Amino acid sequence: MQNSPQSPIIEASKLTKQFGAFTAVDAISFEVERGEIFGFLGANGAGKTTAMRMLTGLSRPTSGQARVAGIDVAAHPEKVKQRIGYMSQKFSLYEDLTVMENIRFYGGIYGLPRKQARQAGSQLIEQLGMEAFARKQVSGIPLGWRQKLSFSIALLHQPDVVFLDEPTGGVDPVTRRQFWEMIYQAAETGTTVFVTTHYMDEAEYCGRVSIMVDGQIAALDTPDRLKSEFQAANMHEVFLQLTRPKP
Amino acid sequence: MRAIPYIVQKEFLQIFRHRIMLPLIFVMPVLQLLVLSFAADYEVDNLRLHINDLDRSQASRQLVGHFQASPHFTLTGNGAGGAGQIHRGEADLLLEIPLGFNRSLAKGNRAEVQVAADAINGVQAGLAQAYANAIVQSFSRQFSGPTRGLLSIETANWYNPGQDYQTFMVPGILVILVTLVGMFLSGMNIVKEKEIGTIEQINVSPIGKGAFIVGKLLPFWLIGMAELSIGLIAGRLVFGLPLAGSLAIIFVFAGLYLFVVLGFGLLISTFTETQQQAMFLAWFFLIIFILMSGLFTPIESMPPWAQALTKGNPVAYFVDVMRLVLLKGSGWQDVQPHFGVMAVYAGAVNTLAVLNYQKTN
Ligand SMILES: Nc1ncnc2c1ncn2[C@@H]1O[C@H](COP(=O)(O)OP(=O)(O)OP(=O)(O)O)[C@@H](O)[C@H]1O
Ligand SMILES: [Mg+2]
Repeated sequence: MQNSPQSPIIEASKLTKQFGAFTAVDAISFEVERGEIFGFLGANGAGKTTAMRMLTGLSRPTSGQARVAGIDVAAHPEKVKQRIGYMSQKFSLYEDLTVMENIRFYGGIYGLPRKQARQAGSQLIEQLGMEAFARKQVSGIPLGWRQKLSFSIALLHQPDVVFLDEPTGGVDPVTRRQFWEMIYQAAETGTTVFVTTHYMDEAEYCGRVSIMVDGQIAALDTPDRLKSEFQAANMHEVFLQLTRPKP
Repeated sequence: MRAIPYIVQKEFLQIFRHRIMLPLIFVMPVLQLLVLSFAADYEVDNLRLHINDLDRSQASRQLVGHFQASPHFTLTGNGAGGAGQIHRGEADLLLEIPLGFNRSLAKGNRAEVQVAADAINGVQAGLAQAYANAIVQSFSRQFSGPTRGLLSIETANWYNPGQDYQTFMVPGILVILVTLVGMFLSGMNIVKEKEIGTIEQINVSPIGKGAFIVGKLLPFWLIGMAELSIGLIAGRLVFGLPLAGSLAIIFVFAGLYLFVVLGFGLLISTFTETQQQAMFLAWFFLIIFILMSGLFTPIESMPPWAQALTKGNPVAYFVDVMRLVLLKGSGWQDVQPHFGVMAVYAGAVNTLAVLNYQKTN
């Protein structure tokens, strides 16, 4: 039952996180299918990062349950971790290491054999067209490149799901475009992509989108259906209708 | 477990990538060793001595001769009025040899000399009395033979006459330097990854906590051992540090000791959120550990509660082992209890650090 291809890759049921009296994530339930590109939207402070941290086993839910790749996250966080990739909202690479050194290190802690890690590393650098940066310290390369590199490293151990927390924040439109091409590539090879973003044009690229408001999921559907439901021309309007304070 | 070499490699790369780190870790401590050891020299020479010899006998003249031969004293006056001289700050020490001194000694009776010091500068007064005691004692032995100490004098136990003060201090200062470097390297380490955010990336990976901690400790352990070696060589070359016992004991003990210090640093790292907090905590413990290590204040002269506290102070154990082995030539058996305590300490601190490091919170 664990790895049956029919079962959803992510299942959240009544997932809740409280910080003291404050409820950051309020009993959210949803499912994500294998190979989906799932957009996780919400205003600042809506609870996206908190929810994602519970799904990745970084944070213990106050109540409710999360299953990823068929595994109960709270019960077996370490098992889940072998199956997922994560790119946190904070910067996730070592700035004082070179591109190559970062790849080797992360390959190493995921248990990749040294030779395989080196091959994957040079392959990755070639794919990204980062040959010029390979021996440069990460602190010296542009943000867009760093984010693409972080993403590739999160995919290094071929996870079933990859969680991306605002991967394109502050990145220029051209590089954002390239980043989304990488997301599509990953999805084509069967990797499920769970991604948060503040860019509404990016929401249009997702298979399905959920919109969080104050810790709850206010809407969840494909972008097209959401637009017709809210009679909106684009996702931006849908988002505004849901998140704008009610008069 | 397979991940450990990758972590070690990464830590070494990061430490030595910053050009300032190499001198910071290896050159600064040697400089500190030199400065502190020279500064810790409490020897005082040319103390001004006033002698009032009331006996004017052969024995008393011999004793005076001993004082004159000592580099620690310069005779500045004799006869009555010494008390006034001390009072006016014109002399540091007054020696009074009573009438009948020679007769008492000749009869084989106890004889007494009176020593008074200007106690405004307490350390200097203590030293002056200790020097005087040492001279009287050696005179007494010479006069009456080693078995018959007719002039019994108490010597303060922290001062070992005839022993170079520096060789007494250098081993302890070395311990402090190794402790400082170890504690700060490890204490700042994990908390730094928390600040940057890279710790999340580690926590979301399947790496085991134990492997992670070991991978973090090993580089600092190696640096600590290298540090000690350099310090010992410098101590030997510059201060002629004696090596009465086995160097193997020192290094095996240091290896164990470093696991305590590094574990302690990591524990601090797991308790704090920023490098600043970690720094404060590390200093808090370091100051207590160092000041109560018996290096600057002898443990025997502390109040009982403080003496009890030093039993939980790893620095005190290492200082003791260094002195015992380097200066006294103690062997494995003599420092066995020290090893026992350190092993328990290392186990406890590192277990706590691993337990308190949470990949999920
Ligand atoms: N460790 C914590 N302790 C207390 N409150 C927290 C903690 N982490 C998050 N919060 C609060 O929970 C709420 C949700 O935060 P979260 O980071 O999940 O939002 P987000 O949707 O990711 O926002 P953003 O778009 O700004 O990244 C916020 O109000 C935040 O202040
Ligand atoms: Mg967030």
